Amino acid sequence: MSDEFEGVKPSRRGFLTGAAAAGAALGTAGMAKAEGERLITEVQDWATGLGDGVDVTPYGMPIEFEGDVVRRNVEWLTADTISSINFTPIHALDGTITPQGCAFERHHSGAIEMKKSDYRLMINGLVDTPLVFTYEDLERFPRMQKTFFLECAANTGMEWAGAQLNGAQFTHGMIHNMEYTGVSLRTLLEEAGLPDDISGKWLYVEGADASSNGRSIPLEKALDDCMIAFKANGEALRKEHGYPVRLVVPGWEGNLWVKWLRRMEIMDAPVESREETSKYTDTLADGTSRKWTWVMDAKSIVTSPSPQAPIKHGKGPLVITGLAWSGRGAITAVDVTIDGGKTWQQARLAEPGKDMALTRFYLDIDWDGQEMFLQSRAVDSTGYVQPTKGALREVRGLNSIYHNNCIQTWWVKADGEAENVEIS
Amino acid sequence: MSKFPKLAIATALVTLTATPIFAEKMGLGRPATTDEVAAWDLDVFPDGSNLPVGSGDVLVGEELFADYCAVCHGDFAEGVDNWPKLAGGADTLDHEDPLKTVGSYWPYLSTTFDYVRRSMPFGNAQTLSNDEVYAIVAYIIYSNDLVDEDFVLSNETFTGVELPNAGGFIVDDRAETEYPIFTDRCMADCKDSVEITMRAAVLDVTPEETKARAIQEMVEATNPRNAPAAPAPEVAAEPEAPADPVVEAAAAPMALDADLVAKGEKVFKKCKACHKVGDGAKHGTGPILNGVFGRATGTAEGFGFSKPMIAAGEGGMVWDAETLAGYLANPRKYLKGNKMSFAGLKKEKDLAAIIEYLKSVSQ
Repeated sequence: MSDEFEGVKPSRRGFLTGAAAAGAALGTAGMAKAEGERLITEVQDWATGLGDGVDVTPYGMPIEFEGDVVRRNVEWLTADTISSINFTPIHALDGTITPQGCAFERHHSGAIEMKKSDYRLMINGLVDTPLVFTYEDLERFPRMQKTFFLECAANTGMEWAGAQLNGAQFTHGMIHNMEYTGVSLRTLLEEAGLPDDISGKWLYVEGADASSNGRSIPLEKALDDCMIAFKANGEALRKEHGYPVRLVVPGWEGNLWVKWLRRMEIMDAPVESREETSKYTDTLADGTSRKWTWVMDAKSIVTSPSPQAPIKHGKGPLVITGLAWSGRGAITAVDVTIDGGKTWQQARLAEPGKDMALTRFYLDIDWDGQEMFLQSRAVDSTGYVQPTKGALREVRGLNSIYHNNCIQTWWVKADGEAENVEIS
Repeated sequence: MSKFPKLAIATALVTLTATPIFAEKMGLGRPATTDEVAAWDLDVFPDGSNLPVGSGDVLVGEELFADYCAVCHGDFAEGVDNWPKLAGGADTLDHEDPLKTVGSYWPYLSTTFDYVRRSMPFGNAQTLSNDEVYAIVAYIIYSNDLVDEDFVLSNETFTGVELPNAGGFIVDDRAETEYPIFTDRCMADCKDSVEITMRAAVLDVTPEETKARAIQEMVEATNPRNAPAAPAPEVAAEPEAPADPVVEAAAAPMALDADLVAKGEKVFKKCKACHKVGDGAKHGTGPILNGVFGRATGTAEGFGFSKPMIAAGEGGMVWDAETLAGYLANPRKYLKGNKMSFAGLKKEKDLAAIIEYLKSVSQ
């Protein structure tokens, strides 16, 4: 260790003398002006001086030049910002993992602050023994780790009646994708003792915040693949995502992923709570409404180019990229059209699709500089093909609000700017 | 079962070998006490099971609603701004932009009770007694013309109320109505022409300041529970109201009772959610109150006043000690049809204080 440390000093001195020598050389060699970019031909400040030390940023934030890659909200959507939603800047991200700091938030009574030491999880109802766990208890159960997307049922909901919001962040940003660490619900519920017959049983889940956001989930689903999570992307959940513990309900609408989870109750029947009757139900054209529409169907979106990410380089090589996902399985293919759906070509998946997680796709084209009607279309492992807006409306009408998984159109103009449109 | 494909079958097989009864327990956690379960397990079901014993009537509910709920939901549950409307909307579900309220949409009354008891008032949840919740729910269904004004809602009458849209829901049928038809993956010659049929209408999504925090403050300030427990000892001599406030307003500066102004500032907490004062104040849900004292009613520039408020100002009504006292004691009665959703100040002392305070911001 000490050998290594001593080795650093001479090299640092060497660097400094080297830099001074270079500066001197430039000063005297002014006679022949170098041809080319000054960024290259001239020694830049960052190549002369020093950067930050390791004690400057104990927990790093994105560099200032990325300051526009932030969550945004749409003021007119809700009455206030406490019971409201904001949007992930998907237009500016790549890959599939959403950093926690810009992953969208949806609260019904605001993001509460709760210490781990104040956290309690109760399991009651049709179990052998109603139990209470502390946070420390939860960390002692066998763990699991998996990556899932979380999509709000209302994602793209503002687009039912027509093209409204100009940006992928706003039309499709109620989504994030994180690697969760936690404990399976099966493990926890078995600790309390499951009923002999689980068929037709329900699990009611609620949070510790004022909204409680109670939801009823078929026990079968809960035991199949649901988990509680205390870590996301390797670190503790953020306050706004339910610190210290949230529920993970893979492939199903985000509202079920109860934050600040405080209680789970096994029941004979659903509670029919506010969030599963008056909200998160999908009204059809004839006025009847679908309930229990939990699963999120296959969907995709071109994140760039898009209204917030226009083409600035003119014609020539262009990377078209976006995200695809399905709550019913894995993405097996994504097709992209640049002519509004006359012809489609299959995009390249960055990695094979994973069940109920985001998949990144790319299509590399030689853009001719002409306007494009850009769309993407997801296909999942059940054979389901993402429908057009028209096809969805034919079944559901215009008042459905939730579960709008239609194909989105960006009208990319010759100048590279893009706009949210609907096309025939 | 079909909803949970291969994975479910796989895990089902695993559990066959380790059936729940024999599942090995870790011995973690501790048994919940009966009181703990009772404290958190508040679920109420559509059939009325698990309802607490209690009752409340429409008239009591109306008063409570005005105090706790009307600031967001409107006096008649008709909703303020973007806040949810709780009444109306009958037979609109198959219209363009249906109005979804407790009366027009919610299937079960248990949901309303459960939600009000757990989560309302916004910013002050779980402070209402069960009787108060019964009364407020009674008023909400009365506002939807579902019961008469002498109705008493209780754990016994509860299941007698059926909401109109109880039969309006079907279980998710996408597997039958959508999945079989959403399989078309045309790759070439899919259509002849492409025309733009609609362009994004909203281009400006710049966030604006919102009222949320102010509303919460307001909810706290107007909660009768938060009122001082014991009335202050009788003040020996209340400062006399100015003999002719209009004249006095015209003369500057007005004589002010600093003590009373300070008291008035405290009372003003009840108004702050909607009304701003001071430098840089802007109109909120209510108009700015800088300079209100001595001003004709309905004339603060840039605020959308109700017609009756504007008409009163045009008819010569000016905000002075007398008009403010009358209005603030009972806003709805004093000027019918005005927009202010506020139950009114019941105490003379509060009225005097707030008027003095409003004078102070009108200097």
